[in-house]
Amino acid sequence: MSHSDAGREEPPESPELVESVIIRFAGDSGDGIQTTGALFTQDAAVSGHDISTLPDFPAEIRAPAGTVAGVSSFQLNFSSRDIHTPGDRPDVLVAMNPAALKTHLTDLIPGGMVIVNEDSFTPQSFKKAGIESDPREDGSLEGYAVHSLPVTSVTMRAVEPVGLGKKNSERCKNMFMLGVVCWLYDRDTDVIERLIDAKYASSDPLTAQANRLALQAGHSYADTARLVPHRYHVDQAQLPPGRYRRITGNSAAALGFVAASKLAGRTLVFASYPITPASDILHELARLRNFGIKAGQCEDEIAAMGAAIGAAYAGALGLTATSGPGLCLKSEAIGLAVMTELPVVIVNVQRGGPSTGLPTKTEQADLLQAMFGRNGESPVAIVAPQSPSDCFDMAIEAFRIATRHMCPVFFLSDGYLANGSEPWRVPSPEDLPQFSAPGLPDAEDFQPYGRDPETLARPWVTPGMPGLEHRIGGLEKQDGSGEVCYEPGNHERMVQLRAEKISRIADDIPALDVFGPDQGRLLVLGWGSTYGAIRTAVERSQSSGASVSCAQLRYLNPFPSNLGEILDRFDQVLVPELNTGQLRLLLRARFLKDVQGLNKIQGQPFRTWEVQKKIDSMLDHQVCKLRQDTADAVSPGGDTQQGGGS
Amino acid sequence: MNDTFPLKYTRDDFRSDQVVRWCPGCGDYSILAQVQRVMPRICAETQTPRENVVFISGIGCSSRFPYYMDTYGFHSIHGRAPALALGLKIARPEMQVWVITGDGDGLSIGGNHLIHAIRRNIDVKILLFNNRIYGLTKGQYSPTSELGKKTKSSPYGVIAQPVNALGLALASRATFIARTLDTDAKHLQRVLLQAAHHRGTAFVEILQNCNIFNDGAFDNIKARDVRDDRLLFLEHGKPMRFGADGSKVLIPSGAAHDTHFAAVAEAGANMERALVHDEASENEGFMYALANMDYPEFPVPMGVLRAVEQATYEDLVEHQIEEARERQGPGDLQALLDAGECWTVE
Repeated sequence: MSHSDAGREEPPESPELVESVIIRFAGDSGDGIQTTGALFTQDAAVSGHDISTLPDFPAEIRAPAGTVAGVSSFQLNFSSRDIHTPGDRPDVLVAMNPAALKTHLTDLIPGGMVIVNEDSFTPQSFKKAGIESDPREDGSLEGYAVHSLPVTSVTMRAVEPVGLGKKNSERCKNMFMLGVVCWLYDRDTDVIERLIDAKYASSDPLTAQANRLALQAGHSYADTARLVPHRYHVDQAQLPPGRYRRITGNSAAALGFVAASKLAGRTLVFASYPITPASDILHELARLRNFGIKAGQCEDEIAAMGAAIGAAYAGALGLTATSGPGLCLKSEAIGLAVMTELPVVIVNVQRGGPSTGLPTKTEQADLLQAMFGRNGESPVAIVAPQSPSDCFDMAIEAFRIATRHMCPVFFLSDGYLANGSEPWRVPSPEDLPQFSAPGLPDAEDFQPYGRDPETLARPWVTPGMPGLEHRIGGLEKQDGSGEVCYEPGNHERMVQLRAEKISRIADDIPALDVFGPDQGRLLVLGWGSTYGAIRTAVERSQSSGASVSCAQLRYLNPFPSNLGEILDRFDQVLVPELNTGQLRLLLRARFLKDVQGLNKIQGQPFRTWEVQKKIDSMLDHQVCKLRQDTADAVSPGGDTQQGGGS
Repeated sequence: MNDTFPLKYTRDDFRSDQVVRWCPGCGDYSILAQVQRVMPRICAETQTPRENVVFISGIGCSSRFPYYMDTYGFHSIHGRAPALALGLKIARPEMQVWVITGDGDGLSIGGNHLIHAIRRNIDVKILLFNNRIYGLTKGQYSPTSELGKKTKSSPYGVIAQPVNALGLALASRATFIARTLDTDAKHLQRVLLQAAHHRGTAFVEILQNCNIFNDGAFDNIKARDVRDDRLLFLEHGKPMRFGADGSKVLIPSGAAHDTHFAAVAEAGANMERALVHDEASENEGFMYALANMDYPEFPVPMGVLRAVEQATYEDLVEHQIEEARERQGPGDLQALLDAGECWTVE
């Protein structure tokens, strides 16, 4: 959609219907931008739209106020269609200060709407933002529909009766802005007021009251000032029937692990160490003591991994969660879980690396670390959710695989999935997959490293079982007895058995689905969180007649058993990844297929247009190549064009 | 012993079929023998069936220990045994868990885990075999090696202060601290039994001889001809008395400005003034000084220095679960999934 502001003076007419809106809230990290975005998202979700969100914030809790370094943003795409991404470029930019405007203006669509807090546009704040002059006056905003509102001053007056004092009153200005936005999109403030009350009414009734007043004031202000001649209205989306809630990836993962514990009939022991962007999983699970969830914070990443292994050894579901550098610290202990063949799940919410890298930004650069980042031949299973709500399903999958196949399983999420949100159709526990508990051996023929003939899993015999006392550890095991064994042939056999056990998981996971024709000129193959951008780009290319399909890998090790066959059915394969080509490397090695890459390492997810542009160029290129090949055929010895890599 | 649940084990019930592979003459043999001898009594007195006993170790000579015990056992990675024990005890509080570690494993690479295991007061028995050397890697200095000690990795002498394991445990707010000797079978067994009866982290330092790389490390205090004068065997409620025929006692130091907390005196005339050991003393400064007593200024304290009751970590976890269930009811998965603002699409 695009907004136009003809500036007519009549009262607002019936609202103008639009299909989707992409709105970005931006301001100081202390301005409550994330809260504002989350509240508006919740309102949009409850109103029945499909939604997708992209929060983006600095690693510093409070960078110097008013500076570009301190800008935090939250983008929401809400729609009456089925959408898969938070959208590329916003239609509307809400900027709480000049630094936010400066940072985000270039992303706004041509002719888009800008709403700014004019009280924050002072020479002092221009200096902090590093700009020379008032962007509202120097032509920077030419071509945009600009609304400059006295947000701070009106908010202060509106909340004055509550008597919060200057500083706390001023903090309500984000609610005023939210009220303006609610009015703009033809909605009242009821849902948000309810959410504010749920959060503050009992603990801090004055803050709740002030926030409600600011919200209402913003709504009334926009209405009285007739901000635009037509408000905008987005219809409800046609989602499949059911009960829905909005969910982030980290919340969905936490709930999935709780569900896995119920399904397995085993206690969940979650040991973790705080690290961005994984900590929310710890916060969620720590609240659930009444579920019998034993979640706790350890002294370091290594202890957290060790405790998860200790819990798995005891027969519980052992879980830990971390990110980038935290995973490095856990590597040695993960190797122990490989050697002792215990079912633990390691959540890695990937972030920009190496080292401390970009703590709050997303990346997919830990795939090879998950595959190979331990000493020795050390195979593990790897799953990767493809959307925030898919984190729920894949969390259950991770434990289903771990407990059935007796191995560590990586759950590769990332910052984009962890903090992003979408509507989630709430399942009933009856609809969830069942866990098949592996049988236990008799005391007579018990071998600690005896194996299930189908899966090669060893028995999960835990302390407390009489007559089955045995010893395990990190030293190489003798096949069967599990005793320490340095015999050369045994070591090779055990290395192969551990690898074969992981590869047999392929028989226990779903085949890969192709969206679009199951053969053709181009397959776009992604993994994990790139699903939304790839799917949307491919839908668009298909609708303009292109021969392109896509598939998303949620199982990375082992690959689904039909992957090789699918790759062979397409002339070209494109692998978009937020790294320099890690899946591509694995595919080339495994299938000897010349897959091409689209690689972005900016701490940001793919935009749909980026994928679409690459699809277009590969298909155009292919046409050129075909023509060239034909020419070559008539004039032997002519130059041939090489397939382009990237 | 509770005769509704007689657990009659013998030493052989705790011997695994594995060949013990420590160097001949190693102090570890004696420790293994005493543990195997005292386990039947521990199981009977603590009403613990053998299948509920778990030995977890890290890496090092001492960490081979679990292979030789016919119980559940886990030989883990360097320094991390307390972390595994934490997960195990949280998941299964009914297990009797013994952590076997050494001066390198427990005080160097695993120092952080040791501190935090102790301050949490998880109900595990930590046996730290202190031989003041790295044996399995063939003779480098350890965190307890004395200043100036020449080893392969310190050819010019060690230049860092040694760690006092008991002082570290005390500073970590240990609820049970003891010290014993590999060669004193009776004392070792008694301390193990006391540790087994303690609910919470029981930290036991066992002075252990490495006859290959650090032979005689403790001879200056435990040799037959000097031990009476140089070791102080503490007993709760008894005077701190040592020396041949109990000829010496520790008495409070005299002068107000004396930096020493105690002084050595002849027993005869000073029995009235002798310090009496109180393992539950809340006098932290005194306890710390006692833990750090060392030869030649003082005799080296042996036995149980501190034993106090305090809730264990895993009990508190269970308690929080019970409380949360009383307050919020048992967790209902459907209600959890439905939590927050939901909406329905018809």
